[in-house]
Amino acid sequence: MTAVLEARDIVIKKGGRRILSVDHLAVEPGEVLAIIGPNGAGKSTLLTVLACLDLPTSGAVFFHGRRVTRANALAVRRRLAVVFQEPLLLDTTVLENAAIGLKLRGRRREAEAKARAWLARFGVGHLAAQQALTLSGGEAQRVSLARAFALEPEVLLLDEPFASVDVIARAGLIQEFKSILSSTGTTAVLVTHDFREVSALATRVAVLFDGTVQAEGPPEAIAAHPRWGALADPRTASGAGSGGCGWH
Amino acid sequence: MDLVVQGLVKAFRLLLSGDPEVLEITLLTLRVSGLATLISLFLGVPLGLYLAVARFRGRELVVGAVNTGMGLPPTVVGLWVSILLWRNGPLGMLGLMYTPTAIVIAQAVIALPVVTGLTMAAVQQLSPKLRLQVLALGASPLQFWWIILREVRFGILAAVMAGLGSVISEVGASMAVGGNVRGYTRVLTTAIVLEVSKGNFDMALALGFVLMVLTYSITYALTIVQQRRRRW
Repeated sequence: MTAVLEARDIVIKKGGRRILSVDHLAVEPGEVLAIIGPNGAGKSTLLTVLACLDLPTSGAVFFHGRRVTRANALAVRRRLAVVFQEPLLLDTTVLENAAIGLKLRGRRREAEAKARAWLARFGVGHLAAQQALTLSGGEAQRVSLARAFALEPEVLLLDEPFASVDVIARAGLIQEFKSILSSTGTTAVLVTHDFREVSALATRVAVLFDGTVQAEGPPEAIAAHPRWGALADPRTASGAGSGGCGWH
Repeated sequence: MDLVVQGLVKAFRLLLSGDPEVLEITLLTLRVSGLATLISLFLGVPLGLYLAVARFRGRELVVGAVNTGMGLPPTVVGLWVSILLWRNGPLGMLGLMYTPTAIVIAQAVIALPVVTGLTMAAVQQLSPKLRLQVLALGASPLQFWWIILREVRFGILAAVMAGLGSVISEVGASMAVGGNVRGYTRVLTTAIVLEVSKGNFDMALALGFVLMVLTYSITYALTIVQQRRRRW
């Protein structure tokens, strides 16, 4: 089966320093691939490249087997959706925020109906007429998720999407998100350093450390791994990048 | 104090009687300063957007020049535009010296760095991640800039107010390149200077009052739009 999204021999250098070096990483149709690793491992950089928002210094991303270039990056981006850690809503109404992606694709007729449907699905339909910048953090992130799903993307890329939501609301939102993911069968890439999100959502995990993929496998296998299991432990996961765990 | 009262009374009389000369001067002021602000917007907004996001060698020098330009003395601008437009100057063949067009050019030069600098500052207030989010939404380069422009619209309104304020109130450049020719290049500020020099303080106060009302009315209208969506 051809991977929906594939990274081959990706190297990213910034200021002469190599910050990412991924030989191979593929996202198969229908799967939820979690990319985990400590702070500074290069997770967000990798997601930015997979989302075709940045071209790698060398290597390439392939979408349905076709190399993504500067020339076709926009067309590929229009078949993906990205949710960042911050909701990053525009200074307009909630409805307009949820509909903007479809409008940018020239699908103006269906945009508002789809946006309303997805806002309702994420429990923020009643806020449609409200100005987006007056929302609470949790509400704003729900709108951000609705905006992404309204695009019906072939791959949904998420960069720590629940980190800005408070702990009480987080568990509920993750459950809702899980149910929507499975009912739509959306292929997703989830960047996180919270293994609880991985256990709840992911079908496969890639461990990123020092800019390279160190391991891949089912969440249970990674959690049980003698070396990477520490990432599944909330007491050690966030500090794992300090090098204090003796991984290298 | 009597002088001020006399000036205000005269201003009301001038306004109510629809004095043709005052009306002409006021309309020319509006036309010249409005056009200059519009030109500065057309040039300054794209330049401000570009300077906010671009990375090139010497960018700081350009940004420094723009910021310095925000306080450019109108007399100096008038001097340089005069040198350019003077009969023997590089643009002398255009025959623009002592015309309303010359005042528009000089005022556009004064407003340009104000509009550029404030647009740049407004864009730099946005989260840098918004750039990625807008691209991730599938925006083409044109759509990207349109969205960013929409996000900074209130900052640009502030730039319009500051730009217009800086040109409608200046006198040095208008005097230097316009010459304060009665019925042709006389604007409110140059008329005020003339009346003061003649000792007609009541008339100068009246014209000053007209200028203030004019400036306040325009700025107030823009302020209403700007403050409609205040978040603080």
